[in-house]
Amino acid sequence: MTAAIAVDRLEVIFDRFRALKGVSLDVQPGESFGLVGESGSGKSTLLRAIAGLAPVASGSIAVNGKTLGARRDKAFYREVQMVFQDPYGSLHPRQTVDRLLQEPLAIHGFADGEKRIQRALDEVGLGNGFRFRYSHQLSGGQRQRVAIARALILEPSILLLDEPTSALDASVQAEVLNLLEEVRKRRKLTFLMVSHDLAIITHMCERLMVMQSGEAVENLAAADLVERRVTKDYTRNLLLASDGFVRTA
Amino acid sequence: MSTLLDVDDLRVTFPTRTGLIEAVRGVSFTLGRERLGIVGESGSGKSQTGRAIMGLTPPQARISANKLAFDGIDLLAASPRERRKLRGKRIAMILQDPKYSLDPVMSIGRQIVETLRTHEKVGKAEARDRAMAMLEAVQIRDPARVFDLHPHEVSGGMGQRAMIAMMLIAGPEMMIADEPTSALDVTVQLDVLGILDRLVSERGMGLIFISHDLRLVSSFCDRVIVMYAGKVVEQLKASELGRAQHPYTRGLLNCMPKIGADRHPLPVLDRKPEWAA
Repeated sequence: MTAAIAVDRLEVIFDRFRALKGVSLDVQPGESFGLVGESGSGKSTLLRAIAGLAPVASGSIAVNGKTLGARRDKAFYREVQMVFQDPYGSLHPRQTVDRLLQEPLAIHGFADGEKRIQRALDEVGLGNGFRFRYSHQLSGGQRQRVAIARALILEPSILLLDEPTSALDASVQAEVLNLLEEVRKRRKLTFLMVSHDLAIITHMCERLMVMQSGEAVENLAAADLVERRVTKDYTRNLLLASDGFVRTA
Repeated sequence: MSTLLDVDDLRVTFPTRTGLIEAVRGVSFTLGRERLGIVGESGSGKSQTGRAIMGLTPPQARISANKLAFDGIDLLAASPRERRKLRGKRIAMILQDPKYSLDPVMSIGRQIVETLRTHEKVGKAEARDRAMAMLEAVQIRDPARVFDLHPHEVSGGMGQRAMIAMMLIAGPEMMIADEPTSALDVTVQLDVLGILDRLVSERGMGLIFISHDLRLVSSFCDRVIVMYAGKVVEQLKASELGRAQHPYTRGLLNCMPKIGADRHPLPVLDRKPEWAA
């Protein structure tokens, strides 16, 4: 079986700073894979490199068996879509939801835009009432739903999720996580999800990779993490930290 | 336990184009020399409560309360001059993001010295020594180097420690921390909380810890106030959070993913209109 995403010894260099130092990764089709690490660990850079948004210095990325070149073609973006962290920054402030959703359809030359927009909005639980609103008229959770609808409207098979809920309240986070799980089940999507929160990753993903300063520290199954079968101190520290504050008397 | 702060029926109202918005609607609590957590989601009025106590509410907003007293001083009747004397000296506030709340064009050391010399008559050399000692107290390893750095040259965790140092240097009796660790990585978060915890208990300060993270607050504070839509829906001991009564508190605790709990889909919060009533 060819991997949905295969990353091999990827290096990303910004000016003289090595953000990724030879990271390799395999995600199987239909799998949900998590990337965990602190800020600056390179987890978002890895995601952005796959989407073609970071300067790749060496190494290779293959999606569904096809090795990607320096420039992504249109077909790539029909397969791979991304949802960004900040729902306040990732929607155009002067476009209505309808206009936002039409953009990808126009780029890819879809004719049945009307039907698709309605379906996409229904799918993320927004309905037609939201179609002609501007993003400033929506709450954070609703905006993130629009961003997910925009990613889904081209019917991709792979979704790259960059901290999709870290800007949201806990109760809204639960709703968005449930929505993501639901669409993944229904459409048999492959997820590659970045988060700094171990609890979210173990909830959403089957396997995960822990990263630190541009390198992969450890590859784990989510079940191992739950059982605390970790081998690296760094992962253990992350696990301890996610338990909350412990007073040392 | 002596009461440091007494808040009774605090209301903060903002005039908008569509009428008055009550951000805080009758909040009452008292604070001794303890750690009190205020928890709520965005828009619950938790930050506005903290800002009203500190006197940082925007000028267009109206504040009213039956009582808002710090150590016997009526804060609402106090003149701006008197409040300025309290702010920084006796009541201090730590803000969320050191990137935005430190002065970008002033070195960290100078900012700490500035706070100290505003409130106390000390010479330059002594002020510098005390700032150094304070930087050491917040576990900055090389205080002499950090003293001369500007905020953009340090990490988030380091910046937050510098802000704590700045707030503690005048020896306040009460500290309001508004999401002090939300902008930090989990591991750094715990370091900063550890420092805060030690300094607060050593100096016997009262601490108001404002956060959206119910679990973090319950592991850090003695007592927790849960706010929803500008009101206090529940007040309880942090150790008894598991026995919370209000459906909002329970829902908030429940909807967070936990390591080891296999719940698909996650329970979501079913908001009842009567909670806000």
